[in-house]
Amino acid sequence: MYYGDIIVQYLVFPGMLFTAVVGLVTSWIDRKVTARVQMRVGPPFLQPFYDIVKYMIKETTVPAGAPAWLFLSAPLIGLAAVSAASTILWRALMVPSETFAGDLIVLIYLLTMPALAVILGSFASCNPLASVGGSREMKLVMGYELPFVLAALVPVIHAQSIRMGDILSASPAVAAPSGVLALLVAMLCMQAKLTLVPFDAPEAETELTGGAYIEYSGPPLGLFKLTRAMMLFTMPMFLVALYCGGIRFGTGWLDIVLGILKYVGLVVVIVLIRNTAPRMRIDQAVKFFWGPVTVVALAAVVLAFMGW
Amino acid sequence: MAKTTIVPIGPYHALQEEPEFFKLHVEGEKVVHLDIELGYNHRGIEKLSESKTFEETVFLVERICGICSCSHPIACVQAVEDAGDIEVPERALYIRSTIGELERIHSHLLWLGLAGHFLGFNTVWMWSWRYREDVLDILELISGNRNHYAMMKPGGVRRDIKAEDLPAIRKMLDGLKGPINLFKGAVIDDPLIHARTEGVGVLTKAQAIDYCVVGPTARASGVAIDVRRDHPHAAYGLVDWDVVVMQHGDVYDKAIVRVLEMFESIRIIEQCLEKLKTVPGPVDSNPKEVKPGEGIGHYEAPRGEVFHYIRSDGSNRPARHKVRAPSFMNVVSNRVAVLGETVADATIILAAVDPCYCCTERMAVVDAGTGRKVLSSQELIRLSQEKTERLKKELGHEGPKLKLER
Repeated sequence: MYYGDIIVQYLVFPGMLFTAVVGLVTSWIDRKVTARVQMRVGPPFLQPFYDIVKYMIKETTVPAGAPAWLFLSAPLIGLAAVSAASTILWRALMVPSETFAGDLIVLIYLLTMPALAVILGSFASCNPLASVGGSREMKLVMGYELPFVLAALVPVIHAQSIRMGDILSASPAVAAPSGVLALLVAMLCMQAKLTLVPFDAPEAETELTGGAYIEYSGPPLGLFKLTRAMMLFTMPMFLVALYCGGIRFGTGWLDIVLGILKYVGLVVVIVLIRNTAPRMRIDQAVKFFWGPVTVVALAAVVLAFMGW
Repeated sequence: MAKTTIVPIGPYHALQEEPEFFKLHVEGEKVVHLDIELGYNHRGIEKLSESKTFEETVFLVERICGICSCSHPIACVQAVEDAGDIEVPERALYIRSTIGELERIHSHLLWLGLAGHFLGFNTVWMWSWRYREDVLDILELISGNRNHYAMMKPGGVRRDIKAEDLPAIRKMLDGLKGPINLFKGAVIDDPLIHARTEGVGVLTKAQAIDYCVVGPTARASGVAIDVRRDHPHAAYGLVDWDVVVMQHGDVYDKAIVRVLEMFESIRIIEQCLEKLKTVPGPVDSNPKEVKPGEGIGHYEAPRGEVFHYIRSDGSNRPARHKVRAPSFMNVVSNRVAVLGETVADATIILAAVDPCYCCTERMAVVDAGTGRKVLSSQELIRLSQEKTERLKKELGHEGPKLKLER
């Protein structure tokens, strides 16, 4: 029964199905807000769901010369990773006392996996534009991972633990100045992890016509899009858990509403950033992350050590 | 030596709304060479024009391009008027300039939006196209059409601008100043736009002269040419306005030139509207025939000088009609502007000359059986140059010798 429980948690709640549904709803919010900012009407509520269903009934083509097993398994790797990440994160949110030691590290690894899946898929595509996209994604990952991990260190220092449960039980990191700095850094890294403007160079429609995704079609493309939507849910939630105290269950509905508001707030910031900036070139993005962002992240870590 | 790979932009690419093929030869992400291939959409307009009457020709050239759908007709009717010594009433001149400048505003807004899109700044794209709608509405109010206005005819214009429409045009222009100021501020203040455009795709003044670029592309490189000033036509000699010139020749300067030109356009239209209140009609001299002779017509289209040549043999049809659109000169300059830049910057550099491919489109000879090109545009240009040299020798005529200041 124990294993059955894990499988249900992974596949249904709070894993794959739950994350997919909330992720798609979030992507609708993203599209609707973007449309309103751009003086457009925007899609109906169910549009993201229609899109995924339509991907699923379209034909899958594998480019000639591409290793089919790698090409087709790449989207699955990403989907599996983000589902696992979401499961672990929500288990920690709901029952902070029952998480395992080091789950924060597992989460950081799992949240890197979707980007790696995109890189695998793009290099398996045998397409020059996809290769350029893949290499840009790789540079971007190398750019933002260092400041992201540094920023994740700040709540660890505050809580004196690498267990999500302890971090959630401790007072929120944003209460301290170092936490605010770390949250800012983490938000920039989140924008890059989601490959949204200004860090969307890997897929840059007008330069690479989709870059990494150019050869994908039908269900594999749908899975990539689904993974992106799920990341749009999981990443802000991870930041809410890490810095803002997460969502507290069992202490009344007000805390739940407050938790959801924190999450929506982060999503709105993501959408606003992506609508008020042009795309950075990949060398500019890497310089940005290794330069000012890493410096700020280091400052946050030092401040946290000093007890600020 | 790194291996050179080809990154194709075209023949069909999300960047372009028209078929056009740029072959970027790249080492890593650095562009080392650019091949431009034309010939996907050739329509044989010049030949077609010889089978139309002078009145019909105007409708034909209007359809060379959907964006410059008033520039080509103005140049064309001026060529006919030049060939046949046809008088144009003063009121018609003001109407021509009004329509031409409205078109310039909507074309520059279109470019600004596309440039934003190419940089991944989709909000700029949507906003500038939103404000472009206001201009199109006014053009519809004046002419009955959003894009193909059908206003020009040899000897004048087809429709008058009614006195009761003037306040609406003025109101639209006033409403447009705010948004254009906003875009100006966005381009000048946004650090990311600076990072993406400043020093990118530089076309030096010497290169601009060598490649004979025209319009905003030349003016951004410090070459102060503008047919509206250098060869006054329509009402441009009768109103007060300035030529906008920038010096660096990068994408940033090209954007600034276009944004500032929109203000000049508004200035010109406002003066034309004032004149329309007092200058009486008619708007058409109703020419009955076009005398035999040759004529040229220039017009400063939003992308630069558009040039029409018409030879009349006294019949009601042109014996020869030659069109040279501005993008024909500008697109080629990409070959130097894009060298040494990255693939990421190549798209905005290629777009910065505001290329119009349907205007530029030239013939290519293709083997129908294999689909392979027998004569590409480069080879056709070479053939044409050889023919010019041969003709020069046969006629003993050296051709004009122009000295341009550097």
